[in-house]
Amino acid sequence: MPSSPGLPQALRQRGYVLGAWPWRAALYLLTSVPLGIATLTVLVLLTVAGGALSVVLIGIPLLLTLVLAGIPLAALERRRLRLLDPRSPGRVARLPAHREPDGTGLSSWLRTRLQERSTWRELGYAVLFALVLWPLEALAVGSALTVCGGLIAAPAVLAASGGEEVRVLKIWLAHSYPPAFAALLAGVVLLPVFAYPLGLLAAGRAMLTRQLLSPPETGLASRIQELGRSRTRLVDAFEAERRRIERDLHDGAQQRLVALSMTLGLARLESPEPPLAGLLARAHEEAGVALVEIRELIRGIHPQVLTDRGLRAAVEDVADRSVVPVDVDLDVPERLLEAVETGVYFAVCEALANVAKHSGAGRARVTGRAGRGRLVVEVSDDGVGGAVTSGGTGLEGVADRLSVLGGHLLLSSPVGGPTVFRLEVPAPPAGKPPTNRRT
Amino acid sequence: MRIVLAEDSVLLREGLVGLLERFGHQVVAGAGTADELIAAVTEHRPDIVVTDVRMPPGFSDEGLRAAIELRTRQPDLPVLVLSQYVQRAYAEDLLDSADGRGVGYLLKERIGHVEEFVDALQRVGAGDTVVDPEVVRQLIRHRRDPLSRLTAREQEVLALMAEGKSNASVAAAMTVSEGTVSKHFGSILGKLDLSLDDTTNRRVLAVLAYLRG
Repeated sequence: MPSSPGLPQALRQRGYVLGAWPWRAALYLLTSVPLGIATLTVLVLLTVAGGALSVVLIGIPLLLTLVLAGIPLAALERRRLRLLDPRSPGRVARLPAHREPDGTGLSSWLRTRLQERSTWRELGYAVLFALVLWPLEALAVGSALTVCGGLIAAPAVLAASGGEEVRVLKIWLAHSYPPAFAALLAGVVLLPVFAYPLGLLAAGRAMLTRQLLSPPETGLASRIQELGRSRTRLVDAFEAERRRIERDLHDGAQQRLVALSMTLGLARLESPEPPLAGLLARAHEEAGVALVEIRELIRGIHPQVLTDRGLRAAVEDVADRSVVPVDVDLDVPERLLEAVETGVYFAVCEALANVAKHSGAGRARVTGRAGRGRLVVEVSDDGVGGAVTSGGTGLEGVADRLSVLGGHLLLSSPVGGPTVFRLEVPAPPAGKPPTNRRT
Repeated sequence: MRIVLAEDSVLLREGLVGLLERFGHQVVAGAGTADELIAAVTEHRPDIVVTDVRMPPGFSDEGLRAAIELRTRQPDLPVLVLSQYVQRAYAEDLLDSADGRGVGYLLKERIGHVEEFVDALQRVGAGDTVVDPEVVRQLIRHRRDPLSRLTAREQEVLALMAEGKSNASVAAAMTVSEGTVSKHFGSILGKLDLSLDDTTNRRVLAVLAYLRG
């Protein structure tokens, strides 16, 4: 749409020079300078120190930091793009530039980062930025500002020198106010003339940044987004179906069984003769067993306490039932979206079931915090470790379900223990739709 | 007894009316929603309320909430809650209402044991507290938990205190200093989630927790 307010569009419009865009472009180019200097300093320091110290091994982590130095810079650069393209805040930033690490801990994070192409591309960008880009930008925006500024400031400089003389742009000498004010006028007229090249430069520079720093698969982005949406719809439909089955069982079969058991109980009060009495007693007992089974079945499909009281009460309930003693320390101050509560609840159930079945632990612990739009829950135990997420275990299903919510499951379970399941999901409070589930 | 009965399943409600009448009780009103329940109690002033947990319109815990609201207004109103859920959270809410006197939390499947059920109803009507054995099992398991967090030494201190011993005599019995005993006691309070600003006598609470466990 031509009316959308990005810089390239604004450049084509008539009111460009009068608006804020030239200033935004100048600000964008200007902020590059300190950032570029800082990047250059960091790169040089890390290279020199890392290279010199690598003989004594202390330099290795420094060199490693050097390799990773592009990551924070790239994140900052993507944010800085918003100066020129506020209409889609973080359009580039929203696509994750980096994969989620494969496990918990620093080493798996490092391994993931070093295997990624984006890490190396970002390092390349950092080098390009530090050596080439910022000096060019400094030169362009610097000369524009010096020329205009020098001309505009002429009367002020003249006044400061006591009205004697002013050397405008170091070229001509003015001795009185009329030529000084003529210089000022010239400076003001020049401002819009510089506005266009500056704007073009900034737009070009932003395009380069976008090309270099956006994830390589941007062409697939929309298809991926659509896939994500349909996956979300599938999970939601699945969840709705669970709830329907739960309700049908509760309102139908369960109530009828209670009524049946009641009728059998009343029949037994009629003091029937021996063969009939025995049969009635057996039927009554069977009805009782069926009731217990259906109660557990319904709870497994969807626990009512989760709907009524939220995640904390539901997790405490599971902890109560666990064979292994479980300490619960969940700090979830408000109700979350139903999909999030359900997903996390079943993840915790699966983790605790694993603890009971495989870990040999004597004690488990569920801790969790919600804050800044994320929910982080950890299930840890003091067992033997060695748990895996792959190979068709229930944990694989849990990980899939969490990924639909935009979250993920991390598992750290060295042989010998301890095992820590850590799950993280975006968790806006109920009422606000999370960004990744917008349809 | 005059009973107000709230149960949204007509099948079950009719069955219960028949059962209760057979034992000489009178169901003065039947309610299908939580609002109807509250209105019926206001109108009929029954001797006891029997209600389901899950009720229209929301089909969550409306019945339980209505029961607790009724107890807040009229603390001596006996309430028997029939539930499909072995759920500590629900039972605790009910037990917390007006001292938990004259309340019952029973699983629906107990209705089948007709005489037991009617007996429980009468006990609740008389002001007793009745909790389903399944739920009690969960309550106890939960209560036992914090105690197992105590070290053997702390359990010993608590056990001696439960016998009514003072810090000095506990110290003497364990051949440690009195300071050590009060240090142990501080740590026990922390582990049992008994805060320092509790108005209730903390020592008693701790000992109670021990005895319950």
